[in-house]
Amino acid sequence: MYAGQKIRRVDAFDKVTGRTKYTEDLCDRGAYVARVLHSTIANGRVIRIDTAEAERVPGVVRVLTCFDLKEKHYFPTAGHPWSTDPAHQDVADRLMLTERVRFWGDDIAAVVAEDEIAAARALKLIRVEYEEYPFVLDVQQAMMDGAPLLHEAFPNNILRHTQTRLGDYEKAIQEPGLTKVEGWYETPVVQHCHIENFICFAEAEGDRIKVVTSTQIPHIVRRVVGQALGIDWGRVRVIKPYVGGGFGNKQDVLYEPLCAWLSMQVGGHLVKLDVPREETFVSNRTRHSIRNHIVSWVRPDGTFAARKLEAFSDQGAYASHGHSICAKGAGAFPQLYPCENVEVDAYTVFTNKSVAGAMRGYGIPQAMWAVESHTEDVCAAIGADPVEFRRKNLMPVGYVDGFSKNELYCDSFNQCLDRAMAAIDYERKFKAYQNQTGDVRRGIGIAMFWYNTAVWPISLESTSCRMVLNQDGSFQVQVAETEIGQGADTAFAQMAADVVGVPLEKVHVVSCQDTDVAPYGTGAYASRQTYVAGFSIRQTGLMLKQRILDYAHLLTRMPVFNLDIADGNIVRTTDGRVLMSLAELATEALYSLTDSRHITAESTYQVKSNAYSFGCTIAEVEVDIPMCKARLLNIVNCHDAGKLINPALAEAQVHGGMSMGIGLGMSEKLMFDERTGRPLNNNLLDYKLPTMLDHPRLVAEFVENPEPTSAFGTKALGEPPACSPAPAIRNAILHATGVGVNTAPVNPHNLFRAFTEAGLIHDESEVSRDV
Amino acid sequence: MDKSTGKQYKLIHCTVNGKEREVMVDVRASLTDLLRNDFRLTSVKKGCEVGECGACNVIIDGECFNSCIYLAVWADGKDILTLEGLEGPNGEISDIQQAFIDEAAVQCGFCTPGAIMSAVEILNEGRLLSDEEIRIRMSGHLCRCTGYENIFRAVKKTMLKRLEAGNRKQE
Repeated sequence: MYAGQKIRRVDAFDKVTGRTKYTEDLCDRGAYVARVLHSTIANGRVIRIDTAEAERVPGVVRVLTCFDLKEKHYFPTAGHPWSTDPAHQDVADRLMLTERVRFWGDDIAAVVAEDEIAAARALKLIRVEYEEYPFVLDVQQAMMDGAPLLHEAFPNNILRHTQTRLGDYEKAIQEPGLTKVEGWYETPVVQHCHIENFICFAEAEGDRIKVVTSTQIPHIVRRVVGQALGIDWGRVRVIKPYVGGGFGNKQDVLYEPLCAWLSMQVGGHLVKLDVPREETFVSNRTRHSIRNHIVSWVRPDGTFAARKLEAFSDQGAYASHGHSICAKGAGAFPQLYPCENVEVDAYTVFTNKSVAGAMRGYGIPQAMWAVESHTEDVCAAIGADPVEFRRKNLMPVGYVDGFSKNELYCDSFNQCLDRAMAAIDYERKFKAYQNQTGDVRRGIGIAMFWYNTAVWPISLESTSCRMVLNQDGSFQVQVAETEIGQGADTAFAQMAADVVGVPLEKVHVVSCQDTDVAPYGTGAYASRQTYVAGFSIRQTGLMLKQRILDYAHLLTRMPVFNLDIADGNIVRTTDGRVLMSLAELATEALYSLTDSRHITAESTYQVKSNAYSFGCTIAEVEVDIPMCKARLLNIVNCHDAGKLINPALAEAQVHGGMSMGIGLGMSEKLMFDERTGRPLNNNLLDYKLPTMLDHPRLVAEFVENPEPTSAFGTKALGEPPACSPAPAIRNAILHATGVGVNTAPVNPHNLFRAFTEAGLIHDESEVSRDV
Repeated sequence: MDKSTGKQYKLIHCTVNGKEREVMVDVRASLTDLLRNDFRLTSVKKGCEVGECGACNVIIDGECFNSCIYLAVWADGKDILTLEGLEGPNGEISDIQQAFIDEAAVQCGFCTPGAIMSAVEILNEGRLLSDEEIRIRMSGHLCRCTGYENIFRAVKKTMLKRLEAGNRKQE
């Protein structure tokens, strides 16, 4: 069995030798270079664009503006499966180039040139005349009557408002003896910062257009390029090579339609669109900043009588993934600590900022920042122990979500807590850090989360697999679930080898997806790759095996029910004798003069289940109060992601997610100028992505309760590790200082504000003024 | 110089991965451009092109540099080593490359070449670095996949192995 073993990545050798080809490495040097001109106002309309000077730059091929876009095909960009029901389709609010600009960085024109320098020069020489409108950057202000309106169809800039009502909140809060705990909790705009920026190139092939792109979702890109260009979807061919990280940004259709269109405007010539880092921050996608308001009414025995959540999600200027993210986050609220009387209101609101889309955790990191910070505030308010309070109120074993039918089968939460507490020596430290005084103090904090694997029943969950047997008994595996760095190909190879019964090296996973060739599926998102692909790999592997054994019957005259494949051999199960190797069978099958067969299998599996994934973080910090600095000393994540297909890669996944959670909690924030709407720190120097120096040792622990609905016992792990580190760090600071910092990140700016408000420090300049 | 485009070329001589090279370079080109475009050494990755991320790191005369902010013309007379140059004639890989594989320090792989080159610079010094020193020396590499944990492990493990082997030789 390979599943469950620490197998080395199938792509590791090529990656450590530089052989792996990413999008740019595959682009012919004869490509024209495209650059996008972005708006330099936050809201308004382009009146006129003067391209004359830009066109005179030697090496410039074409300058195209929003006014050259004659056919206006509005398209959606979210990497969601298409819905044939118009009511469930994503909002189609984007154009490849737009006259009506809605954020600083909107796409208004493009230059196609022979090289980067000519393109960059030409960009600078394009003159744009705007009609400027007032803009709004804050969600609450955007919802007010009279606020600048971004999209006519959405009054008060509300893209969507959803509600959940359980029990009777108003009645429940009348119960005598309740303690009311209330807080506002906010997360910043952050960006994915995959090290490979978004890049694609396009060229004509006959009457079709081929796009090679760094994407998580090749089949969705094919559909959206077709929609944006107004051409038949089959005329679009999308190829996904190795991808240098995605984290959800590349679960959106970014510049593939524009690049394809530009190629068509220059006679189908090869055009490369390589987005610079500064533009990746602003004009790709970001993580939604979400402002959450939570009110809890707590009984003296430490149980919840009633709870309320209002979530306000900053969508930025266009719908992208839209309300799905805020809704997912808000949906976690009534389930993590179930309560009979709950009110939830979730709003997704347009503002004149960069467009928010999917990002690792899909709303849950923002929700857990609020929910788990609030849990700690409740404990502080009623004098409850943070561990005992959680154990008492967490989703109980046997809990079933009425909508998804997800179930908590095992005591995962307590098991994860126990494991994490032991790993970080929680009990001792928690006691040792009580009642500290002095400038430098330590604290330890906890945060929990749960996460859905996959997207059923909200949308289509379809997975396809193809296996093709070679002469040597090896076979190719193709699935539509994409390798984007997480290690999916290795897990697929392990599963396929086990199902068919061959040595791992006999499985060749085709990593590159070409929509002309790859089986249909919707790509990498929702931490669903291993769970979802597991179904089609198992189903297709069994079909392949059946066909091999049918042929083995012809060659050996043994009944199929007495045959099996083990370690790449055809084995007679009654006595364990190896009758022939799979290689011998495969060669005979292809070249037989009596019965030649190309042995292959292909099938689609529609997944109609989903699974809860669970875990927690415990963080230990040291806070220098006068310096307003928090240092992370130790951190542990513990996960129940079901059975681990590859524990080494699972651990590595957890490290990466923890790092992203630490960044959200401690340092990252994309800032916008209040006066202009212009982004202020859209580069990797001023935007504080954690470095190796900023992290302590990252500890990943697991509890393995096999998921009963799963083809291989596995469930979500890709996104979960990013969900709980930030609030655990915040809670550790609360433990150390008594101050809860409700606005992430807990950088010196926010700590200064919080410590000043709490009276822990005093602004000396103000003191002297008062004197 | 071509006045309309500003293009100006200069002939330079350098050694790239052990091979003597003579090449005309656009004086505005970065070493990243030269290595990627002229020599097709595509392990040299572009993540920011302004010296922030470290994905383009190569070793020049024994010292690790961001090749994106190192002009190609400056490479004249220099000895340059890229990730491709670590591989032996029969495809054998170095200890640090093997450690990156064994420690699962590779995910998307985009920052990997640059990170390995910095590790090579550190390891070639042949001295024992504290954990803190390793973290400082590797902090010029941004990685979003690994949380740096396994990269750290790979570097430290290789450092200790090399020092142990060195000590054995001395004994």
